[in-house]
Amino acid sequence: MITHYGYIDGSGEYFIIIDSDKCSGCQKCVEACPQKALELVTEFIDLEDKTVAAVSEEHRKKIRYTCAQCRPQDNQTPCVLACSQGAISCVWKPL
Amino acid sequence: MVTTVGIDMGIQTVKVVVLKDRQVVARAKGFSGFEPTKAAEEVFVQALDAAKVAREEVSLVLSTGSGMDMAPYSNGTVSMMGADARAGVFLIPTARTVVDVGAEEARAVKCDERGIMMDFVVNERCAAGAGTFIEAMARALEVKMEEMGPLSLKAERASPINASCVIFGESDVVSLIHRQESKPEIARAVFDAMADRISSMVHRLGINPDVALVGGVAKDVGFIASLKRKLGLEILVPEYPEFVGALGAALTATSRAKGASK
Amino acid sequence: MTEPTKDTKEFWRWEEYRRVCSDKSWDHKDVITAGVDVGSVGSKAAIMIDGQIYAWAVTRTGSNSPDSAKKVMNMVLKDTDLTQNDIKYTVGTGYGRVNVPMANKAITEIACHAKGANYIWGPSVRTILDVGGQDIKAIHCDQTGRVTSFLMNDKCAAGTGRGMEVFADLLKIPIEEIGKVSLSLDEEPEPVSCTCVAYAKTEAVGLLRKGWSREKVLAAYTRAMAVRMANLISRVGLEKELVVTGGQSKNMGIVSRIENILGVKTLPSPNWREGELDPMLAGAMGAALLGKALYVKAQGN
Repeated sequence: MITHYGYIDGSGEYFIIIDSDKCSGCQKCVEACPQKALELVTEFIDLEDKTVAAVSEEHRKKIRYTCAQCRPQDNQTPCVLACSQGAISCVWKPL
Repeated sequence: MVTTVGIDMGIQTVKVVVLKDRQVVARAKGFSGFEPTKAAEEVFVQALDAAKVAREEVSLVLSTGSGMDMAPYSNGTVSMMGADARAGVFLIPTARTVVDVGAEEARAVKCDERGIMMDFVVNERCAAGAGTFIEAMARALEVKMEEMGPLSLKAERASPINASCVIFGESDVVSLIHRQESKPEIARAVFDAMADRISSMVHRLGINPDVALVGGVAKDVGFIASLKRKLGLEILVPEYPEFVGALGAALTATSRAKGASK
Repeated sequence: MTEPTKDTKEFWRWEEYRRVCSDKSWDHKDVITAGVDVGSVGSKAAIMIDGQIYAWAVTRTGSNSPDSAKKVMNMVLKDTDLTQNDIKYTVGTGYGRVNVPMANKAITEIACHAKGANYIWGPSVRTILDVGGQDIKAIHCDQTGRVTSFLMNDKCAAGTGRGMEVFADLLKIPIEEIGKVSLSLDEEPEPVSCTCVAYAKTEAVGLLRKGWSREKVLAAYTRAMAVRMANLISRVGLEKELVVTGGQSKNMGIVSRIENILGVKTLPSPNWREGELDPMLAGAMGAALLGKALYVKAQGN
C-alpha cells in the first residue's frame, strides 16, 4: 500500500510517500530524518500486521514546514536517500 | 532635497511613508476596504498633509504590497521582499534576516549589509501561516486581537492544539474552551503554532543573525515570545514595524530619484 | 424494514435508522461477524452472515466512543434474532476504533472503506473519493478491495463539508441546496483563485460587491474545490470505476464537476432510502468482511 503523508492546501502540494509493500521496516529512514518526523508503526496488510515506516501523526499536517529544512530538490531528501528499498519518495510543489 | 513616498498596498491596510532625504517625516495608515485605490488616495493625502508636503514636491512615488498595481499616484513598484530587505537593514543595520508577518502573507528574506535581498521564502495562499490565523483564533477565544499577546504571556504551557487550518482551528479553540482549558494557554498554543511555521521558513534560509521581525504581527508580544523560543535567538523589532514595507518602497524611491538626477 | 427517526433540527446529511434484511433466507449462518465504525459524527454498525449483509444501523456519535459503539451495536441487534454472543468476530474502525469495547481487532478506516466499497459497488471499483466533514480521502484499490494507494487531506478545510458549510453560511444558501444552486447557471464562471477557505471568503465578498450573483460566486467556489479534489484523485492514480462517498457525495455540484474535470462518470450511489445498501456503511461493512477473513484464517490455523 502506498501512503501519501502530507497535504494539498492553498500554498501547494507536499507529500512524503511510503510504499509499505517495499518497506522492510529497517528504520534507516527514521534515523536519517533530521527532523525526527518518521517512526515505525504497525500496519494491517493482507490480514497480517507488518512493521513499516510512517510519518508521525505530529508532523503529518505540517510536512511543508517540517521538511522545509531538507528543502527537497530533485526529491532527494535524507529519508529518500537512506532507503535501500526505494520505498520512499516525496512530492514538493509550492505554487 | 529629495522627497519621496512609499505606499504599501496590503490586503487589510494601506500604509504610506513620506521621506525627506531618507528621513521619515510622516506615516499614515488606513483600511484597504473594498476599494483599495480610493482608500489609498485618502491615506496618501493624509500623509502629505501630516508631512506638510505639497503633491508637486514629491520626486517619486513607489508602491509595494500585494495590491501594488492598484496604488494611486505611483510611478513604479518594488517587490515586497526587496522592500523588506531595504527597510529592515535601514532600521536595524545588523539584520541579515528580515521576517515579515502580515495579515495574509509571511516572508523571510535573507539580505546583505546594504539591504540587498539575497534569498527569500514566502508563505502565501494559506491563512494558517499569517496574521489572519491569530485574528480568527482571537475571535474564537472571544478576546481582542491586541489582548492575545499579553494573555499568552501569562501561560506556563501551551494547550494541545492541532490547528493546521484557520477553519479547523476555530472549532479546535471552541472545544478547548468547552474543556475548560485556560485562555492564556490556548492563546500561547496559537502563537506557538504560528512560530513553528515561521521558524521553519527562517531555517530554510539558514540562520543568519540578526533576525529582524517586521509587519503587522511584529507588534504582537505573544508572537515575539514564541518565535524567540522556537528560534533560540534574540528577535529585533523596529519601531513601527507595520510601516516597513512602505518605508522600503520610499527608500528605493529615494535611491532611484537621486540616481536619475545625477 | 426501515425506521427513520427524523429530527428536522439535526444535520441534513443523514438520519438515525436501522435495517434488517429479514426477507433473505439464511441456510448456513456459518460465520456471523460485525463491523463497528465509530466516526467523528456518526457511528455505524453492520452484521454480516457468511460475508453477506444482514443488518445495519446508523446513529450519531456521542461524546463517548465506547458508549456510541455499544449504542449502535444494540440498535443493529434489536430487530434480529441474534445476540452479541452469536457474533464470532467484531472489527472496530473509524476515528474511535480503539474504543470499541466488543471489538476483537481495530483496523484503520481506509482498509475497511475500500473493502466496503468493493462490496457495495462491486469489484470494478478502483478509485474512491471520500469527502467528509473534516477531511478528504482518495483511495485506490484493486479488484479485491485491497488498498493500493491512499491519501488523506486533513490539513485544509477547502472542499470538506466544513468548508462548504462556511460558504453556505456566507452566501445564505441552505446547505442541502448548494449543489443544485451551483449548477443553476448556463455558463460556468472561472474558479475563484484562492482555495484557502479563509481567503476565498474574502474573495467571494469582493466578487459579490462587483455585482456577481450568489449563484455565480457559489459556482466559482465549487469549481475551485472540484479542481482540488480532482488533483487529490490524480495523485493516488485515477482508474475506473470511480465512486464518491461521504457527505459531499450528495453535493451534485461537486460530483458533476469532478466528473467533468476528470472525464469519468462516477458510479451512482445505491438508493438507501429505498432499502438499498447505504454508502455510509462502507466502513462498517468492510470491517465486518475483514473480520470474517480474520476469523476464517484463525480457524484454519
